[in-house]
Amino acid sequence: MTGMLGALKSGACRGLLAGGFLALALSGPVMAEGNPRDPYEGFNRAMFSVNEVVDQYAAKPVAQVYDKLTPLPVKAGVGNFFGNVGDLWIGVNSALQGKFSDAGVDIGRLLINSTIGIFGLFDVASELGLEKHEEDFGQSMAVWGAGDGGYLFWPIIGPRTARDTAGWFVDSYADPVWRVRPIPVRNSLVALRFVDIRASLLPADKVVEEAALDKYAYIRDAYLQRRRNQIYDGRPPRLDD
Amino acid sequence: MMKKLITFLFAGFLASSVCAQETPDVLIQQVTEDVLDIIRKDKDIQSGNTQKVIDLVDKKVLPHFNFQRMTALAVGKDWKKATPPQQQQLTQEFKTLLVRTYSNALTGYKNQKVVYKPFKMNAGESDVLVRTEVLQPGSKPVQLDYSLEKIEAAWKVYDVTIAGISLVTNYRDQFGQEVRNGGIDGLIATLVNKNKSLESNLAKAEKK
Repeated sequence: MTGMLGALKSGACRGLLAGGFLALALSGPVMAEGNPRDPYEGFNRAMFSVNEVVDQYAAKPVAQVYDKLTPLPVKAGVGNFFGNVGDLWIGVNSALQGKFSDAGVDIGRLLINSTIGIFGLFDVASELGLEKHEEDFGQSMAVWGAGDGGYLFWPIIGPRTARDTAGWFVDSYADPVWRVRPIPVRNSLVALRFVDIRASLLPADKVVEEAALDKYAYIRDAYLQRRRNQIYDGRPPRLDD
Repeated sequence: MMKKLITFLFAGFLASSVCAQETPDVLIQQVTEDVLDIIRKDKDIQSGNTQKVIDLVDKKVLPHFNFQRMTALAVGKDWKKATPPQQQQLTQEFKTLLVRTYSNALTGYKNQKVVYKPFKMNAGESDVLVRTEVLQPGSKPVQLDYSLEKIEAAWKVYDVTIAGISLVTNYRDQFGQEVRNGGIDGLIATLVNKNKSLESNLAKAEKK
């Protein structure tokens, strides 16, 4: 279920992913049959299984403990804090997509929440009607015309298309949390954010387990639909039935 | 997160008192508020009584859904290959699966609010999208949209989309895979087995 991290949130959790994986995936044999949007299905299913094990024995139990022990206001504060940190890069990507008034809102949110919202712990801007947007570099590239480039499933970071894998590297590079020093503080922040995101997805676990005939395919198709929705800012053109 | 979102999935369709002449956005709004009201007052549902939720959904919500259309959409091009009795069986099993899996989420309701987006409809239109948003304290609003079609003066829901994910078409590839492997009957058998195992899980959970 760590895979749902990627499917449902765009938190960047840089880590085990090595460039070698990418090369392996992209040079892998293209399967003759199967879903045209999932050309590396064999590789992806293998990675998905790895991820399921990691999640079952590490990520999920930690998230469950965090979820149980942390009072709601603290959890909300943690989520708001990382949300606020992300608003600068969201603003940059709004601008990169030509949505300058959105970019203004994003930067306004950052200014208000960093000050009145006490270092982003409170999302005052939303209360004031400045809506939070969801942007990242993968979406910017999509708006510029880049195609999906095939679906990929990575351990820890979860589902990404080839384009969004590249976007994710850029997002991580631009991510202020990765620039925090000293290193132990940075690592703690990265881990906390990961656990916070995983914990927020706990309620979804049961639904996915129950609803899916094939969990891998269910998560893949949900991810692809959701990305399309994000790229079109919630109003994707209708596909033919 | 998803459980909270799905809390509103079926929440929209409770009140059977809604007049068929009403516009689809008013229908969605009235029934959503009615359902939330019922859940707010029902301690059993809040504490996770699955059977009670399923009964409630069965009785009050399902009449506002067109499951035949939903199933046809989920199955896609293979739908035409199915005989009418097979279509009926598929519809029945898919309905059971959706109700089982998503009714549960209604028990996760906690003070979320629903915002209804402005809605415009041209005269004579018979296929519309009603857009709403679920607000939850401390997290981003979640988009929740309903596709409705007009059938003999009554509006029926044929798709629900959460954060851009259609709960119906998200099954298309999985269903297609089953049909490739075992034909229409293979898909029916898979759904029957899935529902049986969910039912036995439910029975086990209730014994505890």
